Amino acid sequence: MPIQYYIYFCLALFSIGIIGVLTRRNAIIVFMCIELMLNAVNLLLVAFSKMHYGAALAANPNTTAGIDGQLFVFFIMVVAAAEVSVGLAIIVMMYRNTHSVDINFLNRLKN
Amino acid sequence: MSIIQILFSFLTVLALFGAIMVLVSKNPVHSVLWLITVFFAISGHYILLNAQFLAIVNLIVYAGAIMVLFLFVIMLMNLNAESEPRKHLWMKFAGVISGGCFLMVLVSLIRQTVELTGKTVLMKEGNIGLIKNLGKALFSDYVVPFELSSVLFLSAMVGAVVIGKKD
Amino acid sequence: MNKIVFLVPLFPLLGFLINGLGRKSLSKSAIGIIGSGVILLSFLTSCYLFSIVASAGEGQLQTVVTLFNFISVDAFTIPFAFQVDQLSVLFLLIITGIGFLIHLYSSAYMKEEETQHFGRYFAYLNLFVFSMLLLVMGANYVIMFIGWEGVGLCSYLLIGYWFKNNDFNYAAKKAFIMNRIGDLGFLLAVFWLLFKLGTVNYGDVFSQVASLSTFDIAAITTLLFIGAMGKSAQIPLYTWLPDAMAGPTPVSALIHAATMVTAGIYMIARSNILFTMAPTTQTLIAIIGLATAIFAATIALKQNDIKKVLAYSTVSQLGYMFLGLGVGSYTGAVFHVMTHAFFKALLFLGAGSVIHAMHHEQDIRKMGNLKKYMPITHITFLLACLAIAGIPPFSGFFSKDEILAAAFTKNPLYYYIGVGGALMTAFYMFRLYALTFLGKFRGTHDQEHHLHESPSAMTIPLIVLAVLSVFGGFIGIPEVFAENKNWLEHFLSPIFAESTKLVTTEHLSHSQEYMMMGIVTVLIAVVIFIAVSKFKKYAGEQEEVETGVGKLLENKWYIDELYNSIVVNPINAFAGFCKNFIEKSGIDGAVNGVGKLVSYSSRQLRLIQSGQVASYLLIMILSIVVFFIIWFNDITIMKFLNKLF
Repeated sequence: MPIQYYIYFCLALFSIGIIGVLTRRNAIIVFMCIELMLNAVNLLLVAFSKMHYGAALAANPNTTAGIDGQLFVFFIMVVAAAEVSVGLAIIVMMYRNTHSVDINFLNRLKN
Repeated sequence: MSIIQILFSFLTVLALFGAIMVLVSKNPVHSVLWLITVFFAISGHYILLNAQFLAIVNLIVYAGAIMVLFLFVIMLMNLNAESEPRKHLWMKFAGVISGGCFLMVLVSLIRQTVELTGKTVLMKEGNIGLIKNLGKALFSDYVVPFELSSVLFLSAMVGAVVIGKKD
Repeated sequence: MNKIVFLVPLFPLLGFLINGLGRKSLSKSAIGIIGSGVILLSFLTSCYLFSIVASAGEGQLQTVVTLFNFISVDAFTIPFAFQVDQLSVLFLLIITGIGFLIHLYSSAYMKEEETQHFGRYFAYLNLFVFSMLLLVMGANYVIMFIGWEGVGLCSYLLIGYWFKNNDFNYAAKKAFIMNRIGDLGFLLAVFWLLFKLGTVNYGDVFSQVASLSTFDIAAITTLLFIGAMGKSAQIPLYTWLPDAMAGPTPVSALIHAATMVTAGIYMIARSNILFTMAPTTQTLIAIIGLATAIFAATIALKQNDIKKVLAYSTVSQLGYMFLGLGVGSYTGAVFHVMTHAFFKALLFLGAGSVIHAMHHEQDIRKMGNLKKYMPITHITFLLACLAIAGIPPFSGFFSKDEILAAAFTKNPLYYYIGVGGALMTAFYMFRLYALTFLGKFRGTHDQEHHLHESPSAMTIPLIVLAVLSVFGGFIGIPEVFAENKNWLEHFLSPIFAESTKLVTTEHLSHSQEYMMMGIVTVLIAVVIFIAVSKFKKYAGEQEEVETGVGKLLENKWYIDELYNSIVVNPINAFAGFCKNFIEKSGIDGAVNGVGKLVSYSSRQLRLIQSGQVASYLLIMILSIVVFFIIWFNDITIMKFLNKLF
């Protein structure tokens, strides 16, 4: 399978995530779109990992080239899990204070 | 057309459709469900790439834990289509246009990148995605980041508790 | 001699400083004594200098005393130097002598002022004399210019002495501005000299004058003459002088007799060589002088303010002096300056005495029969009138005769017009005399009750000046009466030697001269008789409405109105235009516009900083797109897009 297919697919997914962040005002949906973008990156990392592994396999049958990519995906998932726990806590607190999940209420940065 | 290509196409279309549905759904609960669909499609991709460990972690952590957390929060707040905040039309338009531009520019770059021509991804085969090999690498070369990630989790947990505390 | 020269201007300067700084703590009598005393000291020093210069032979032409270098740039230096020679010594005597009498008179005349203002008055007066001395004694044009500006400033200060009256302030401003126009001409002339000759010292300039082209000389002299026009109140810059009557009367006497207006005459007499070498300018001077003499005399015929009449007579007499300068009779002009200083100071001080007695009433129609109450003022005033009218053997006769005789040799037309002016002078002076001192009193009973002769501090200067007016003419007796007895011409001859060499003067035959003098004297006597007999009977009951020429004269030919409409109003309109249009919408618009632009654009830019995450993200995405487009420009995205669509 040519690598370009994966790249196009992941780019499309990533762009949909961007569009979602830009167009939705619901903080939870925005958060979900960020997860979408993370997943697009994850998939691309795995695809590249397999691309390098496939290239190195011809020279050495026992190679572990490209394993770093998959470990990175693992760590990204770790970080994403931590991020979601904190992020959702923030959203809950925001809802408690403003009774809304509209991110336009989060414009205190202005002042 | 081989079975792999058919599966690839199917999973791709499913993921993209799910992602779009995440955006267009009025009800946040539907969005979450569509996102779970996307995660399943991506896990399918992982399996196609023979990254079995990641596929299962993706399902457990993302589709299982994280998305359930999302659902909890949404239900906790009793969000539905009616309470959904609306964006201005021109803001939506601007978002779609800029996202489209982003996609277009990057696609045009990739298409003209000479280094990527002829490179293929090894499908179905290869054992680096197996839990055995990953575990070896994780507990030898990447043991310090692994331990650090546990500290990260701890701090995230404390943070979540502190932030979520009532007052 | 070198050591005491600088004392002459130093005394008035000291007086200025003491009176100016101590005007609040000194008593009135102390101020009066200091103010007059310093001038007296200066006068005595001048007398000493005069005796030295008079006794020195022709060989010792001039003495230049350098105090320090005023300006020193590269090769050229302007020293702060004083020049003492026959001309400057003569002027020193006039300035300090008459100045002293006026100071003395002022100490009585200004008695009613508050102490503080009394001190201010004497400080200004001393500064005035100091500036005039600087003007006369300077050994180069720059020092002269310092004094020149100084007298302009002092005239402004003194004319506007009663600064609470706004009309007086306008008169002061008018004098200052009119003078400034003339000063510009003088300044340009000095620059021209510096540019062409690289020096402004009199000695150097006059010895190098032959190296200048005809055009240069004509231009320089014309510019100098414009300066003299402003200072000495010639057409067209004369209107400030009558308005200068706003100041206290002794100030008018000082301006008209001893200082200020004679500056122009002095300057031209000083630069006589330059002017002799520029015949065109001389003709211009003669014509302007003559025109001024006639013009001012006609205005004086119809004025009713005692000081205004005298003011126009000064303008007229200055015209005669310029006529003398224009026809090359420098001695005659200087002579007339001197005699005029005597009798005009006397006239003004006499008028001051009258005004003082009448409690600041200046309208001669409301006076009359004052000879009964003020005998000394009356006699001295009469003598001054006779002197200015030109009755022999009073001083005015000799000086005016010298100028007119010189004018006749140059061009008989000048002479006839000049005589016409002299007749008018006699007429208006005796009209003034008759209305003031003869007839019956036309003022209020209250004024009549208070009429009195002035105190001795005022009458003594009158008597001294009267003596000088009567006998002052004998220092310049014409050749006709006594061969080689013209002391003044002999005394001044070294100064004008270079000029006399250049011009060959033809002398009139004695019989011709006798005849001219006789006819003129008879005519003047007839005019005086007419004037006195006509105005003696003036009762002032009916207010006659002037028509035609009379109205024109009474309104001074509408010259002030003319200047207002052709100079002042357009400038005011232009200034208004600048203020309202250029200033408000142009400059203010630009300045405020920059401020408005900044605050408007920052208000617009602030909208970007909305605080909303989505908008930040949008900008970020767009920036990334732009970044990619720029960074990967070699992989042409447009090419791809063209292929795509």
